[in-house]
Amino acid sequence: MKIFVCVKQVPDSETKIKFLADGSGVDTQGVKWVLNPYDEIAVEEAVKFKEKNPTAQVFVLTLGPKQRASEVLRTALAMGADEGIVINTSQDGDSYTTAKTLAKTIQSEGGADLILTGKLAIDDNGNAVGPMLAEFLKIPHVSVVSKIEYQANALKVERDVDGGAKEIFEIALPCLITTNKGLNTPRYASLPGIMKAKKKVLKEYDQAQLGIEPSDFKVKAGAFTFPADKAPVKMISGDATAQTSELVKLLRDEAKVL
Amino acid sequence: MSKILVFCEHHNGQLKRSSQELLQFAKSNSSDVIALIFGKEAKSIAAQTAYHGATTALTVSDEAYVSYNPELYTQAIQEAYAKTQATVLLASASATGKDLFPKAAARLNAGIVSDATSLEINGASVVAKKPLFAGKCFANHAFSNASLQIVLMRPNQLPVAAPDTSKTITIEELSVTKIDLKVLLKEIVKGTSEKLDLTEANIVVSGGRGLKEAANFKYLDELAQVLGATVGASRAVVDAGWVPHSMQVGQTGKTVAPTLYIAVGISGAIQHLAGMTGSKVIVAINTDANAPIFQKSTYGIVGDFADILPKLTEEFKRALHK
Ligand SMILES: Cc1cc2nc3c(=O)[nH]c(=O)nc-3n(C[C@H](O)[C@H](O)[C@H](O)COP(=O)(O)OP(=O)(O)OC[C@H]3O[C@@H](n4cnc5c(N)ncnc54)[C@H](O)[C@@H]3O)c2cc1C
Repeated sequence: MKIFVCVKQVPDSETKIKFLADGSGVDTQGVKWVLNPYDEIAVEEAVKFKEKNPTAQVFVLTLGPKQRASEVLRTALAMGADEGIVINTSQDGDSYTTAKTLAKTIQSEGGADLILTGKLAIDDNGNAVGPMLAEFLKIPHVSVVSKIEYQANALKVERDVDGGAKEIFEIALPCLITTNKGLNTPRYASLPGIMKAKKKVLKEYDQAQLGIEPSDFKVKAGAFTFPADKAPVKMISGDATAQTSELVKLLRDEAKVL
Repeated sequence: MSKILVFCEHHNGQLKRSSQELLQFAKSNSSDVIALIFGKEAKSIAAQTAYHGATTALTVSDEAYVSYNPELYTQAIQEAYAKTQATVLLASASATGKDLFPKAAARLNAGIVSDATSLEINGASVVAKKPLFAGKCFANHAFSNASLQIVLMRPNQLPVAAPDTSKTITIEELSVTKIDLKVLLKEIVKGTSEKLDLTEANIVVSGGRGLKEAANFKYLDELAQVLGATVGASRAVVDAGWVPHSMQVGQTGKTVAPTLYIAVGISGAIQHLAGMTGSKVIVAINTDANAPIFQKSTYGIVGDFADILPKLTEEFKRALHK
């Protein structure tokens, strides 16, 4: 079984966001890049599968500037993935180009039996690359999965949908699954894991050589703004009875939300 | 002018509010608004779409379309697009929308923006604004080289007018080519709550570690009952196993934008704020006057949940049943 795990480098969730002087984008200077938390779950799933099925191979790939891309791949390799693939680019793509780039890379690597990736990236909240990648590779997908049962040529998966409900699908291999919280608890890389990761293969591709056309860029972000300042909080004092009756009054008469 | 396809979702025979929002928006930007409706009840839902602005309805009433299947639905989207040659497609950023439309976009050579909070259509081009980095900033997203511009809107962002029940509609049934399926739905397991999903709820009441123990969520349940609200939670209590992950609000949970968000015993960590600062009015109840949640709130009460919540529930009861 050849498993490809697609991961993204995202700014640590504590990062303070600043814009470039010309307003064309976000200033990434000094940002601490981490493995996207949902992708961590995807890596964990692949590594767990490999522990039970030692002949499985786990490739982890990411698209981004080489330096930071390689760093997050090392994290995934330290968790137990076998080989890393960096697709070097300095260009900000959209979901379409990202998915197409990943598809071409996986094809160049001889194709996958299973592709795992997080349900979304916490930076742009794009929610799109997984199902798009599956479509480009003409394989089926199920997204937002919190349980996987492995069968001979298929998977039985639980997909989390609105209202806490679950849709249970059977999906034929090869396929793509996007991972949700609840599927597993990602491990911390152990020290031996980190040492081993240093010796693992990091293969390199260049996005420019994968045949991505200018017309593949379909969505562009611009006009960056910060959220409007909020009016200062109104603290309600008094005992519990006074506080609650005042709050309900304000919600009804001032905020008009009741 | 744009021809706009609106993917309409429904539940228990009712057109969802999120779809009403999209139809209403489409109507004020185009005189050619096509509602796309799947499922056995599609034809009766079509009448409701007319009340909110659809000029025609394309239905797929086939039994196979009653519940979601990515392959079947994508095939239908492809054929609806081929038939209408629409230039804009609007859908809500629901569980179905977020699964279906990326796949459809790849197939149709379309651009997609997910989780938009506002939207503008100028002539033929669409600009969608969405939060990035968990709401720390916003950016406008514009399309190019896209045969079709797809925007998935967050619910509760656009206004809905009263339905105009004098409006009628032409309904056309789309016959979709049969395809072989590699994904099959086996079963749907219902959630614990029959309430609106957090992401669609108009009022959300959330609890955190300050509630001390799982059993104390009953105070929130009672409050939610009176308000018709959906109950949410912080990650701390999800991780502690008090409530399921489907109730988590925040960066690694759900993003909610209700009219009213009440946070009880939640400190206001940046990852929690990421999921709820889009709410119109925020109320925080916390024993610690310095809890960061107060800085993001409209109204704050320093107090113990056990004292405040029962009284608050009574107050709301009185106010709402007068
Ligand atoms: C990568 C990452 C992702 C994360 N994603 C999320 C996410 O999606 N959602 C999320 O919520 N968190 C998330 N977190 C965790 C987040 O950092 C916080 O740890 C978490 O939100 C804290 O939950 P809490 O506010 O319930 O608990 P605490 O921070 O412990 O706060 C409890 C609060 O209750 C108050 N309190 C105590 N007793 C009472 C009482 N009797 N009555 C009233 N108030 C009382 C206290 O003053 C305190 O403010 C994430 C963290 C990381 C690192």
